[in-house]
Order: sequence, then C-alpha cells, then structure tokens
Amino acid sequence: MRINCPFCGTRGNEEFTVLGAADPVRPDADAPVPDWVAYAHARENPRGPHRDLWQHQHGCRAWLVVERDTLTHAVIAVRPARDA
Amino acid sequence: MSAQRWRLGEGGLIDRSRVLPFRFDERLLHGHPGDTLASALLANGVRLVGRSFKYHRPRGILSAGPEEPNALVELRGGARREPNTRATQVELFEGLEARSQNRWPSLGFDLGAVNGVLAPMIGAGFYYKTFMWPAAFWEKLYEPLIRRAAGLGRAPQAADPDRYERAHAHCDVLVIGAGPAGLMAALAAGRAGARVLLVEEDAALGGRLLSEAEEVDGRPGAEWAGAVEAELADMPRLRILRRTSAFALLDGGVVAAVERVADHLPEPPAHLPRQRSWKIVARRIVLAAGAIERPVVFGGNDRPGVMLAGAVRSYLNRHAVLPGRRAVVFTVGDDGWRSVADLLRGGAQIDAVVDARAEVPPEQAQLAARHGLRLVAGGRVTGTQGGRHLTAVRFADAAGREEGVGADLLAVSGGWNPSLHLACHLGNRPRWDAAIHAFVPGELPPGLVVAGAAAGRFSTHAALADGAATGLAAAQACGFDAAAPEIPRAEDAPRDAVPLFHVPGGRGKAFVDLQHDVTDADIALAHREGFRAAEHAKRYTTLGMATDQGKTAGVNGLAILARLAGQAISEVGTTTHRPPWTPVAIGAVAGPHRGRHFRPARHTPLHDWAAANGASFVEAGLWYRAQWYARPGEAGWRDSVDREVLAVRNAVGVCDVSTLGKIEVAGPGAAALLDLVYANTISTLAVGRLRYGLMLREDGFVMDDGTVARLAEDRFFVTTTTANAGAVLQHLEYCHQVLRPALDVSLLSVTDAWAQLSVAGPRARDLLAAVLDPGPDLSNAALPHMAWIAVRLGGVPCRLYRLSFSGELAYELGVPADYAEAAMRRIMERGASFGVTPYGTEALGVLRIEKGHPAGGELNGQTTARDLGLGRLVSTRKDCIGRRLAERPALTDPARPVLVGLKPADGRTPIRAGSHLLEPGVAAVTANGLGHVTSACFSPTLGMPIALALLSDGTARLGQRIRVFDPLRGGDLEAEICPPVFVDPQGERSRG
Ligand SMILES: [Zn+2]
Repeated sequence: MRINCPFCGTRGNEEFTVLGAADPVRPDADAPVPDWVAYAHARENPRGPHRDLWQHQHGCRAWLVVERDTLTHAVIAVRPARDA
Repeated sequence: MSAQRWRLGEGGLIDRSRVLPFRFDERLLHGHPGDTLASALLANGVRLVGRSFKYHRPRGILSAGPEEPNALVELRGGARREPNTRATQVELFEGLEARSQNRWPSLGFDLGAVNGVLAPMIGAGFYYKTFMWPAAFWEKLYEPLIRRAAGLGRAPQAADPDRYERAHAHCDVLVIGAGPAGLMAALAAGRAGARVLLVEEDAALGGRLLSEAEEVDGRPGAEWAGAVEAELADMPRLRILRRTSAFALLDGGVVAAVERVADHLPEPPAHLPRQRSWKIVARRIVLAAGAIERPVVFGGNDRPGVMLAGAVRSYLNRHAVLPGRRAVVFTVGDDGWRSVADLLRGGAQIDAVVDARAEVPPEQAQLAARHGLRLVAGGRVTGTQGGRHLTAVRFADAAGREEGVGADLLAVSGGWNPSLHLACHLGNRPRWDAAIHAFVPGELPPGLVVAGAAAGRFSTHAALADGAATGLAAAQACGFDAAAPEIPRAEDAPRDAVPLFHVPGGRGKAFVDLQHDVTDADIALAHREGFRAAEHAKRYTTLGMATDQGKTAGVNGLAILARLAGQAISEVGTTTHRPPWTPVAIGAVAGPHRGRHFRPARHTPLHDWAAANGASFVEAGLWYRAQWYARPGEAGWRDSVDREVLAVRNAVGVCDVSTLGKIEVAGPGAAALLDLVYANTISTLAVGRLRYGLMLREDGFVMDDGTVARLAEDRFFVTTTTANAGAVLQHLEYCHQVLRPALDVSLLSVTDAWAQLSVAGPRARDLLAAVLDPGPDLSNAALPHMAWIAVRLGGVPCRLYRLSFSGELAYELGVPADYAEAAMRRIMERGASFGVTPYGTEALGVLRIEKGHPAGGELNGQTTARDLGLGRLVSTRKDCIGRRLAERPALTDPARPVLVGLKPADGRTPIRAGSHLLEPGVAAVTANGLGHVTSACFSPTLGMPIALALLSDGTARLGQRIRVFDPLRGGDLEAEICPPVFVDPQGERSRG
C-alpha cells in the first residue's frame, strides 16, 4: 500500500503506523461515562470507505487522516489530522 | 566425458563446446551450458528423480518450468542445502550437486512405498479422521511417523552462509514476462520513452519462442527475441531483470519480486548477494506471464515418462534432448500435434496419437498418414504401465475398445491455463472462458493489464499484437507517446480443442495434484462427505496446497468437482490465488535484516566505559544496559549487586540511566498539552522545579511515568521509562496534532542527545561539589528535592536534577552525550575518597523495590493509579487523558489488587516474581487467586528477600500472612504483607 503524505509525497506503508478509526470525537470532560466508553472502545467495521488515523512515523511524524476502502485498500484521500 | 545418450546431435540453445560435470545422487553426469538440471538429467537418461509426498510413488519430470510438481530435489550441500528445488528451473553449473528427496533407503528401492499399499487408509481427510484419539499419541507417535513418511526435502541445519539484499525500483511501466507479448510491450513502452522495467523469470528472454520450432519475422523465434533484447538493452530508461520472479501484486501498484542473482553459480561471487528481493513501484503493469499447460487426469498419469507435450518441445527444441524414443501423444486438440511434429523431427518413434476429438482436422490426419502414425480419434488414455519408468500406455478408442502399446514417453496436452495469478492477488476472481476451456482474468486491479497467453490469447501473432498494444497504452497512460511498433509476422493458427480434464474409470491411481498425491478418488470422497465448495474440497483434500500451489492441478480439480456436482466449472467457483507465485526463500524476504541487523544494538554513551570497568550487560529493548560491575573476588552476581546497593545506601553510587526516554516540549501551549497528557497537574510547576508525572491511557489504566522539569515558562524536559520512550513521543504527538491542534507546541526527542547519570547516596552532594565546576550552591535551600539547576562540568554546560529513585539523597546529572565518558571518569576519580561505586540496573531494581517504586512489573498495562497507590495524583480539577474512564466502578473497586510489600515469614526463603497469592489453607486453584508477585529481590539493606505484589484488598490485609505459590518452579511459602516502602517510609533521606 502507498500513502500520499501531504508533506512528504507518496511513500510505502512501511513508513507509517496505523492507530485506528479517525472519526470518534473525544467527549467533553464531564460527559457521561457511556459516551467515553463508546469513544474509547466502540468501533465500526465497515466494508468500504473508512477514515483511519495513521502517523508518518518514519517520515515527518505527521498524524494523518487516511480515507481508504477496506475492501480494495484503495487510498481515497489523505489529510493532516490537525486540519481534519 | 560420459555419454549424453539422449542428447540430439544438433540444434538447441546449448553450448556443446563446454561440458559441465555435475552429480545427481552421487552419480557423476555431464551437461552443457544452457541446460537446466532437468534437461541435463534427461540428456543422461535419468527419468526417475524423486518419490511422491504421501505414497512414495516413483516420479519423473512433468514440465519444463516453474509449474513442476514432481522433480523437486535437494540442491547443493551443507549449509547451502536447498530442499524442494524445482529441477526444471535450476540452471546447470559446473560441480552442481543434487539429491532426490523423500526416499529411504534409496531412490530405486524405497520402503515408504508401502504407503501405497496402505492407500485406502490414508486418503483425503485422513489427518482429521485417523489420529483423533488419544490426543497424547499425536505428539509422541503419529506426528514423528508422519513426518518421516510424508514430506519433502530436508532443510539445512546450519546458518545460511550467503547474503541477501532488498532493493526498491520505481518505473512507469513494469512488464512481467519476456515472451513475445512482454518483449513487444517493453519495446512499445520503451520506444515511447517511458521508464520501463522488464522482469523475466528465466535466464533468457523469449518465453515460449525459445521452446517452439517457429519463426517470427522470417527467422527463428529465439533469434528474433535476441534482436529485440539488443534494442531494449540500448534504451537508457529501460532495465531488464532476468532470473527474476514477480511473486506478488501488492496494493497501490507495488510488485514484489525475487532476483536469483547467483543461484546459477556454485557460490555467490564476492560482494554479490545470493538473491535480491525487489519491491517495484509501477505506475502501470503489463502482465505477460504466459500460460501453463494442463495435464489430463487418467490412471497412472504420474509415472515417470508422462510429460506435458509443451515440455517435450522445450526439451527437444531448447535443450536438444530427446525425452523418449518411443512416444505416445495424448492431446485434446491442435496443440499436441506440434509435439508430434517436433518428436518426429527429433527422431522419436510415435506409436500412437490419441486425440480426444472425434474429428481430427485433415491437416493433422494427413501428417499422421504421411508418417504412418496410428491415429486414435475420439480416444482416451486409460492407463500406463511400468515400474520405475513408463513402459506401456493403454488407451481406448471412440468406441471404448482398449489396447496397449509399448512406450517410454507419453506426451500429454490438455490445453493451456493462462498464468493470471498476479492479476488475482488482490482478490479479483478469474472468469471461465468456455471458448478456450480455461480461466482468464476477470475484473483487473487498477493499473494492471494482461497481455498475450496470460489473457488467453495463445497464438504468437496475438501475443505480439497484444503486447504492442498494451505496452503502448501503458506508456501513454504515463504521458509518453510514439507510433505503435510494427507487428512482426508470426503464426496465428487456431487452437481447436475439446474440454477434457479427466478420464474416469481408468486403471490405477489418477492424480490430480501430483505434488500432494491427491487423486480423483480423493475429490470424490470429499464430495461424498459434503466438502463440495471449491475452497472446502481444497482444504479437505489438500489439493493445490503444496509448494507448487496447484499450478497444474487446480483447474482439473475444479473440473472433477463440477462433474460430481453436475455443474458447469463456472458454477463451482475458484479457489483464491495468493502470493507467492513460486516459493520464496525466507532469506530473500529478510534481506540484510538478520542477526544484529535485524535487531540492532543501542549502546549508551557510557557503554565502552562500562565494558572496560567489568560490567555485565542486559538487553532492555534494543538497549544494552550495565547490569552490575563485578569485582575480583566476588563469587557471583549477588555479591556485586549487594555491594552496589549498600554503597548507595551508605556512601554514594553512580548509575547510567541514559536509556530513559527524554523529550523536550516547547511552545506557548506546552503546559496545557502536558496537563492533558499527565494525570497530575503540570502547569502549576514553577520554572526550576521538577515533578513526578503519571500518564494514563484513555481507558484509565497507567501508561507510563517519569519526571517533568520546567526549563522555562514555555519549555519542559520530560523523561519516560526506557521501554516506552518511542510510544510516549508518539502519544504526545497524537495528543497534540489530533486532540489539541490549536496548541502551539513543538516536540523533540532528545534521548540520544543527553547522557543521564544517577548520583545517589548520602555522600552524593559532597561528590557533586567535588566534581562540578565551582559556583553552584548545592545546599538544600538552593537546590531542594525536586528542583534542577544549570551547572558546568569541565566547562561543559550540564543540568543537575535533584530527584530520587532509590530513596537516598540523589541527583541525575544530564551531560551532553559526547562528554559522558569524560564526566564519568571525573566522577570516579574525584569520588574515590567518598567511596563512589558504579551500580547497574540490578542494584537500581533492588533500590526501587526497597523503596516501593512501581516499574516494569507493576506498570503492566492492567494497573490503575489507585492500584499502585498513586490515586491521589490524578487531578479531578482538570481534563486529562484517562481521567473519566478511570472512574469506572470496576477500576475503583476496593477489591482490586493493590500494591503491597511481602517479606518471607521465615525471613529467608526467596520469593519469585510471578508467584500466585492465596489465602493460607485454601485450594491452589485459579478461582482462589488473590493476586501475584510483581517484583522480587534480596534486600541487602534489610538482609532478607522482599517483594512487591498486587493483592486484592491489599491495604486491609497489611500485617496478615499470605501463601506465595509458584507451581511452575516449585515455590511455596508464607509471607507477611507489609506496606510497599521498605526503606525510609517517611522519605527523609531524599530530602536531606
Ligand atoms: Zn510525511
């Protein structure tokens, strides 16, 4: 797999590490515990487009939101996480 | 020179001027450059080359390429011994040594052949049925027996002496295969100016043109290929990788390939690897991998002498070897007739041509008549005879009348299967093409096109035209253009054939998968027992699961399944094509990353000093840390460690703690970021002060701990544990970029920039005063516990942090890495009068256990701050990672195991880490477990063994006794439960 880092260009996936879903939003500090449990543990497992957090660990160390297709592994879009 | 009695007097792409001696099963034989091991064996009349996997049946050479299921040999000897090597792909070299496999005591007389008699017991699924009970027999009896009786070659016992490389290549157009289609594709793309990589598995370019007696552009095919190769070689942007197998298509237009750089030589030359594994990144890929001929399944189809008809032509035309003198040709269509013509030209006698078609075209019928050949139209081969080698073939005519003729060669042509494997590696399914009775590529992965025979277009003209068109289109897609190359003249004959995969009801076993000894009866059994889907039948029978991945077996297996199910092949489905295309040595995958290069050693700046001063080292991740410093006269490590611990408690010790992770956090948002990351509050820390920092994961468990020093209002220096240095930096970057992108913060790892020396003990202050450049006030008032100041040592700016891990008056001295050794020498020199003693990680561990500080054994990913007695650190006045989920009831349950200390009740029995804790007197079962010992040591300060443990209701049990049970290592003792801080519980010494 190749990932187009917005800062470094297209690189092999061996330069990156993946964390997991990018979409769960960290709740407010005093949100109910179930909201926090969902944020920490509940994950979708879609067949098709999915947004993941990756870090260009052996490159510029930017955290990236990589939208990719879980079926075909096609990378659809890559954005810096700070802008996502 | 020994006679190569089966070598033709002329022709072929071999160099008769040179003779290459080689050995097969210790027998001295001879061949020529241009031979494969298989062709050289055939030239010497060697037909029996191995025994089969399960039934130990005699096996010969079936094919002339990578699809070979039978002719697997052990190549070379000693540490270079390479099992399961396909003799059909091994280029002959002088002195080559090969041995047949899977036979005992000898190839000719093999006791394992008795398995053939036991065949009814060891059919499909026998693993699942026969050896179910009793379980203990499996390990002791069945498995060793099966491993001896079944199996392939032996792996070498010694380490591989050769080197392997990994390389990357980028190109516009990658062409896989250099047959007529691939050559034309490379030519078209290269002429257009694209950056082209042409990858060919064989040593020579040309593909089937090297094996067929046909002309391209009015000259022999091999000669035409040579001319194209010469033009390609002159293109500066085109590179040819020969002896290179593209074995996997990966995501994103990446192809993995392995180049056999020196496999054709006795040993790799100096400075060259044995093999090189490539990762090729291509914008467009032309797959021109050709096709593989399909055998027909009939009784006795595995006997040595039964050979694919196309392989017969390879041996005749390319290697100038006559694979048999009395031949029968069995074909399902036109293609086998090419072997008839070539065999006649080579001087073989053909006793019969069995053509499965009821109507044989006139041209072929006339050829038969002209040469007086027996033509059996609508015929089937029904059986073979012979011991170690074919002696006769039985066949039936259209009316079912059976007869036999003597023969030493049976050439079989069952049609051709496109080599579409790479097109399917990303999950695409092939499509059944009823017109050619074969699977062709279906929907293609992005950026890949298939050309020529791999796409099911079998004539040479079609391959040339297809290659030119796809090569040019690929170049155009990359922004290059040129006129399409002219298509050279070549044969464009139709390939008429009937679909015949299997001749049921013949004599003897009919093999579908020759390498795994799977017969038509095994597939029928799988079907009867309900394993009817292609993927189920494959697993039940192991069809296609051998090292050849069923290249010659897969479609025939599906055809038999389809017939049993009364379905069309297209309805049965296919099995999945997975990488690799051919087996890849693990060495090639590892490349140079083995031994120390796989796991590089990290040395601290004080490594050499420590080694010179008697240190023993321990691995901590990639780091090597000084474990203790032995002195003459010490009987064992405990002597050294006890001495070092007591030196710290009574005088002063110095320890290299440079492996701690060190991160600078700078910027106006730094304090806010650290407040989020640490459970305790950091923003209130004054400049010049330090604070212990505890980091949680978002799920509420402890992640790591360390210290935070405020260097300036907007600048912090944080340390992490050695093990988590990388993970904590990544976590900080995550928290910043993903959770708090608005904060203006920079993060920098400075682990390698600073050496860190722990100076601990009652004389630490005196020692530092003697070592540091004069000036700084080290008094308790000026530099209290948990503060830091800038100092100089020999003029070099350093930092002195006052903090204690041991519980003693202690400091950490941060020294720029390049000056660490000089600083250490000065400390040892000037500290001698204070009794300074270097100590290692073992003493460091004892000191912290005595002091009850949690470390690796306690920070195990399953403990909360509260479990470790650090609950009061978690701020409830601010948001931080893990705060909310740490409040969950299960994480605050008072019954959770908490940190306690243990002392043996008898004051002397050692406690082992990992031991279980039980109420005395209850049964030693998991349900009664109350916790476990996390760290243990002998405390020289207390003069007895001590331990830290996580114990349910631990606080309430203080003063009680507990059973410490270690069934694995035979430990069983009673211990007294005490607070985890064994030394100076009020913490007075560190503040002194
Ligand atoms: Zn990057």
